[in-house]
Amino acid sequence: MTSAPPASEKRSPLRIVPWAAAIAAVLAVLPWVIDPYQSILIAYGLVMAIAVLGFNLLLGYTGLLSFGHSAYFGVGAYAVAFMVKYLHVQSMELFIVGAIAASVLVTTLFGYVCVRYTRIFFSILTLALSQVLWSLAFKFFWVTGGTDGLRVPTPKLIGVATGEGEDKIRFLTHGYYYYVLVVFIVCVVVMWVVVHSPFGKALQAIRDNETRARFVGLRVRAYRFVAFLISGVFTGIAGALWVPLNGLTTPDILYWPFSGEIVFMAVLGGFRNFTGPIVGAVVFNYLKTYAVGYTVYWQALLGIVLVVLVMVLPTGIVGTARLLWAYAGRRFSR
Amino acid sequence: MDILVVHLFNALLYASVLFLIAGGLSLIYGVMRIVNLAHGNLFAVGAFTTASAVGVWFAGSTSALLFLLVPIGAVAAAAIGAVVEPTLLRRFYRRPEEYQLLVTFGLLMILEDVMRFLWGPYPISASVLFEKMGSLHVGDYIYPRYNLLVIATGVLAALFLWAFIYRTKFGVVLRATSQDMRRASALGVNVNLVYVEAFTIGCFMAGLGGAIIAPSQPAVLGMGVDALVLSFIVVVIGGLGSLEGALVGALIVGVIREIGISVFPEIELAVLYLIAAGVLFVRPAGLFGRTA
Repeated sequence: MTSAPPASEKRSPLRIVPWAAAIAAVLAVLPWVIDPYQSILIAYGLVMAIAVLGFNLLLGYTGLLSFGHSAYFGVGAYAVAFMVKYLHVQSMELFIVGAIAASVLVTTLFGYVCVRYTRIFFSILTLALSQVLWSLAFKFFWVTGGTDGLRVPTPKLIGVATGEGEDKIRFLTHGYYYYVLVVFIVCVVVMWVVVHSPFGKALQAIRDNETRARFVGLRVRAYRFVAFLISGVFTGIAGALWVPLNGLTTPDILYWPFSGEIVFMAVLGGFRNFTGPIVGAVVFNYLKTYAVGYTVYWQALLGIVLVVLVMVLPTGIVGTARLLWAYAGRRFSR
Repeated sequence: MDILVVHLFNALLYASVLFLIAGGLSLIYGVMRIVNLAHGNLFAVGAFTTASAVGVWFAGSTSALLFLLVPIGAVAAAAIGAVVEPTLLRRFYRRPEEYQLLVTFGLLMILEDVMRFLWGPYPISASVLFEKMGSLHVGDYIYPRYNLLVIATGVLAALFLWAFIYRTKFGVVLRATSQDMRRASALGVNVNLVYVEAFTIGCFMAGLGGAIIAPSQPAVLGMGVDALVLSFIVVVIGGLGSLEGALVGALIVGVIREIGISVFPEIELAVLYLIAAGVLFVRPAGLFGRTA
């Protein structure tokens, strides 16, 4: 940790603020410019971006590959659905609080078990535990609705109910879109602070050399546990935001191929970058939506993209863009 | 008493099929240190190929011919393995695990749709063989004879595999490569050849598992993904990379599942996953695994 940081990190980390502000401004204007369907797609992308951002705290920064993040997404989503069904809650803020509480509970339990292991055993353990939740959601149909899932109606945002006559599309593209955008920005800022804090640096030290990190005096397992917790809660929040958008939660979001999609998104964007997961989530969402619309064999299409990606672009979209940028910079300055 | 025998047969039936799938998965991990997420799909390829050979292409042939056709599914799965390993997977052995998992996950998605393309979205059945064999009486109960054939296949496969790995020269080479690939290579073993053979055998086993159950249950899309998670439980309990472990794990899962279906059907799957998590918690390398 005391060694000199790489050249790119020497500059103030705050230099990205103007860029981030510009992107946020563009995202804020978009619903007025593009058609509603596109806005909804972007909202989906932003929700998934929160989930993948959380996931990447483990993969990119701590070096642990979770193949069970569908569990925390599903916990967030089902927490909301249960609050609607059994407590008749309507407020979106309460949904998010409930989802955070539920995902803290589940990640504490799962994290306590999982962080004892690394590498492939960590991956398989997270996968096995996520499947426990899936099988429960699948079998206890009188509680969870089974494969039919649970419906979640339009929630109240900041105490404001959507009028009976108001268009659902309008709610999603204007009211709810901005709600998602604000939560997304808050999550990005929090995650950015986390990974640039001493805590985040400690995680990276553990990722790069566990033995040395232990010699420096870091309590490796405790750090991993906290990273697991933060990661799961982010994904849980994403699950809570996703349900009103989708209107329905089904056990599919707990099934392990959904975890695979989360990994896919992180690698697509590039998991060694802070922005990679965000780009990956938004791009994957477009890719999947258009692939599904284009052919019934969309799964094969995505599979081919994934295989090609890991073969030729292992650093993902953002990593590759950075390489090209650096290359162009060198050519230009000569 | 008789009901116990029926339950025992069912547990063994289940364990036989699971051993074939999980044994292949474990063999591949043991030799190449790669967890093949597409392994369940090879099981499904076996089931689809045999089901359509018996139920569609050669429907109406003599039953002797139909019985001879059953292993065709295993051959199809092995062929896929023999092509995929050298062309695709071999590039990934030296890369970090996340890439290995991702490339096999991509393969899973591709194979799933290839099957949808080749066989369509509807289940395919080869039940004619199942019906031809009839059933026998276990006390007051009747039990299909075909299921006993499946159990026998599982037992024979386990015996053959054991003899192959512990009693042949190729088995010695295989074990040597699995223990220390570099040293085996330095001693003149053609490691690439061993890899493709091991992968093909692993896929053959998964395909055989699919082929042998095709007459008793129809081949459906998605069966591969379900089979994979169950065989994960088996290898996690038994220990990744260990064939003895796969055998014991398959028996444990088979018995628990048979008990679960009749006693606690709602949480049967959850119990299996919890047992897997519990074994990992106590012995991360599984009951028979080498410590990582």
